[in-house]
Amino acid sequence: MNVREERSVATSLSSDKNFDVVNTSVEKIDGYALVKGKPVFTDDFDVPDSLIVKILRSPHAHAIVKNVDASKALELSGVACVLTYKDVPRIAFTRAGQGYPEPSPYDTFVLDKKVRYVGDAVAIVAAESEEIARKALKLIKVEYDVLDNIIDYEHAMDENAPIIHDESEISGAYDPKHNIASHYEMHFGDVDEELSKCDVTTEKTFYTPNQSHAMMEPHAAISYFDANGRLTIITSTQVPYHVRRIIKRIFGVESRVIKPRIGGGFGGKQAVHVEAYVTAVTLKTGRPARCIYTRKETMTASNTRHAMRFKIRVGADKDANLRVIDMQGLSNTGAYGEHALTTFMVAGSKTLPLYNKVNAVRFMGDIVYTNTESAGAFRGYGAPQGAFALDCALDELAHKLGMDPVEFKLKNSIREGETSPVFKVMGEGREGVEQIVGSCKIEECAIEGAKLFNWHEKRERQRIEGTKAHGYGVAFAMQGSSIPAIDMGGATIKMNDDGTFNLMIGATDLGTGSDTILAQIAAEALHTSVGKFVVYSSDTDVTPFDKGAYASSTTYVSGNATKRAAERMAREILKAASEITGESVEKLHLENGKVISKSGKSLTYSEIQTQLFYTFKQRQLEVTESFVSEVSPPPYMVTFAEIEIDLETGKVDVMSMLNYVDCGTPINPLLARGQVEGASSQGIGMALYEEHIFDKNGRMVTDDFFTYKVPSRDDIKKITVKFADSYEPTGPFGAKSVSEIGLDTPGPVIANAIFDAVGIRVNRLPIKSEDLYFKLNERGLTP
Amino acid sequence: MKVEFKVNGKMHSVNVEPGEFLLETLRNLGYKSVKHGCDTASCGACSVQLDGKPVLSCRTFTATVNGHEIKTVEGFSKEGELSNIQRALVEEGAVQCGFCIPGLVVTADALLRENPSPTEDEIKGYLNGNLCRCTGYESQTRAILKVAKDSRGEKS
Repeated sequence: MNVREERSVATSLSSDKNFDVVNTSVEKIDGYALVKGKPVFTDDFDVPDSLIVKILRSPHAHAIVKNVDASKALELSGVACVLTYKDVPRIAFTRAGQGYPEPSPYDTFVLDKKVRYVGDAVAIVAAESEEIARKALKLIKVEYDVLDNIIDYEHAMDENAPIIHDESEISGAYDPKHNIASHYEMHFGDVDEELSKCDVTTEKTFYTPNQSHAMMEPHAAISYFDANGRLTIITSTQVPYHVRRIIKRIFGVESRVIKPRIGGGFGGKQAVHVEAYVTAVTLKTGRPARCIYTRKETMTASNTRHAMRFKIRVGADKDANLRVIDMQGLSNTGAYGEHALTTFMVAGSKTLPLYNKVNAVRFMGDIVYTNTESAGAFRGYGAPQGAFALDCALDELAHKLGMDPVEFKLKNSIREGETSPVFKVMGEGREGVEQIVGSCKIEECAIEGAKLFNWHEKRERQRIEGTKAHGYGVAFAMQGSSIPAIDMGGATIKMNDDGTFNLMIGATDLGTGSDTILAQIAAEALHTSVGKFVVYSSDTDVTPFDKGAYASSTTYVSGNATKRAAERMAREILKAASEITGESVEKLHLENGKVISKSGKSLTYSEIQTQLFYTFKQRQLEVTESFVSEVSPPPYMVTFAEIEIDLETGKVDVMSMLNYVDCGTPINPLLARGQVEGASSQGIGMALYEEHIFDKNGRMVTDDFFTYKVPSRDDIKKITVKFADSYEPTGPFGAKSVSEIGLDTPGPVIANAIFDAVGIRVNRLPIKSEDLYFKLNERGLTP
Repeated sequence: MKVEFKVNGKMHSVNVEPGEFLLETLRNLGYKSVKHGCDTASCGACSVQLDGKPVLSCRTFTATVNGHEIKTVEGFSKEGELSNIQRALVEEGAVQCGFCIPGLVVTADALLRENPSPTEDEIKGYLNGNLCRCTGYESQTRAILKVAKDSRGEKS
């Protein structure tokens, strides 16, 4: 069947931009429950007779577990079981929740006889109470053979470095004998030759930190057998379907995975963390098991952002044409190779196409194992790391050319109707897809943004006055919308006789508001209101498959699936109405929850489904549609920032930040704005405060909110968000993604503004006051 | 030991171990809005009002609230209707994941009773201990300013 033809029959054309529900800021549909404090999070579910699960964690960064003596713990009244590596299946897997087969190496076991970082799991304890479980942990005696460790990732490939992954079962890792989890290289053109022809070049090395997600809800999961003996897992996850698949791989058991409300994830919950531990206990004891991580466990034993180092070389001719980009990287994946290859590739694939006019590009590097907490997916997924190096290098190049960086970056950036060879060469873990950019309003973002920010006027101002310096920076960014040709989302819509619809989606709202915006998309296509949709998201026994909430895909992939389903439901409704009224479908249209005929008759959705239930050609109207994209349309953003440096302390404050965003049609402008504001704030954290510090034995020193600083309310001065007038032809009602891109610019924009203020090119995030103070002091800029 | 106190106007009499924290007691009583965020008095997700003042329940001994009144966010919506601050938070898009919101509501309410016309800086100062990782705080500050304006009868 020709989908396009059918669509024109059923619904108003999407490209006319005359929306009723889409592009309006309807209230978040779960807002009431959340603001009333309803018990909707994993830890709020009381499953009777639950055992409390705690994990015994390694105090050593790298050691062989010689012996575990749990006899004393087992003697303690109320201890149900203590599980060690001998008690769980020895199946290698990856915790990374990605499309199958995963591009991450299988290098992880539920419990192993070797521990690879301080915090690695050694034993699982289940007891009748929290207190007993804690006591039991202390009674377990473990003998370790402590091995040499690698904490600094720049030394992971040293000649005599200890081998972190020497297990025979490992698969999918590039060169584990040299601690290389993954390796990637691509190039087109000859970068050295191009560089030699350039009039102006710059070469520098940039570092980005191992940021923590610090979502407010710690990791949590509960497992139990339901009345029919089906294993059920309630879990705070972004990837319920991947959890189900991975649990089956490890334990060989089928399960139902339920995602309740999620207290934030930002990629941190795009992995199996707690689920395997509770499952092991439920399978062993037959009893419900709950495991709620402490903040310390969430900080030390889940995931961080991949810390990366990029040596970058860029060059331009004297007419300011950017001719070449060369990025050589090193990424720290920590103890396990979760998302190792793909985050590294995204550092290139979601930055390089922005500057598509170059003659030569090279992007290469290694992703190495160390004895630190495993890195994983984190909002931006490598792009903030790559963007920090690339945007700062281009800023420096513009400076050398004596050119306004806005002008230089804009002159060399991609336009609507153009392409970049990088799209085809670099995908996620494999080749990408060719694509022509269907929507790109980067000129509006840059030019209108500069006006709104008073960029030109501000740059005329005095930079240093008294003990304060002010600086003005700009940064350009792109991201993607979904992983094309891999990630699929499904949507089911069922019509009820009261005129409401159930929208069932595997898409995983983790606080983003995706339940709301998907209901808006369905309501738009079905010519009714959001209030008519009862949304159920992410119950693997009830909702259709969805890859999960990651890769900036929910609005685009799940949104397109929802739109398809709603359009098909619209056709089903028209068909039923035609049968009931005897009028041809062509003479009918949908309007405000009714079918209206040209002859003036009308039937409400409620009347139609009631007749179909009880009196006329009886059937349930229900449709399921799926969507997998052939392209990944990038959103674009230009960020302007004003920073203030206290010359007496080196403290940097971001006084104002303007994000001018092209995300296509913002389905819900208020929620879209919130995504950008939140990402900016996390980016400011990454740029100025957030980094984990380890002692020489690999113990994380920064394991709580006192020692690891996330931005607090007082740190965020003013973030403004403006949306470009844009429409992505392949997106649902013109939408692209908006959740990640906001994190790409704060690092470079702040560093560029510091350079503008005091002439110091900072090459390492976070930019700590004391480091900047000493640099200011060297230059005689401190009072 | 036996401790008696009111939660949202309802009297509770509970037996607790010495050293038990109010966060645990409240969650055991079913007040699940009170959240475990950090357990080290650094995130604000466990904030409740003790005789009208915001306190961190994760570091408040239950024994110390004997004879006192606690208010949690469950006590804010009367017959299903949202209070002004709750309504403003939803309207301004300040509720993303929602995990920090109960603690924010009780703290913002205390602020607005102490200072009905707070400046933006005063809001940021008073609520600096209530971390939120989703919003970047902007929408929450807008919501609180809006409630203050509305209560003064100004158009927001």
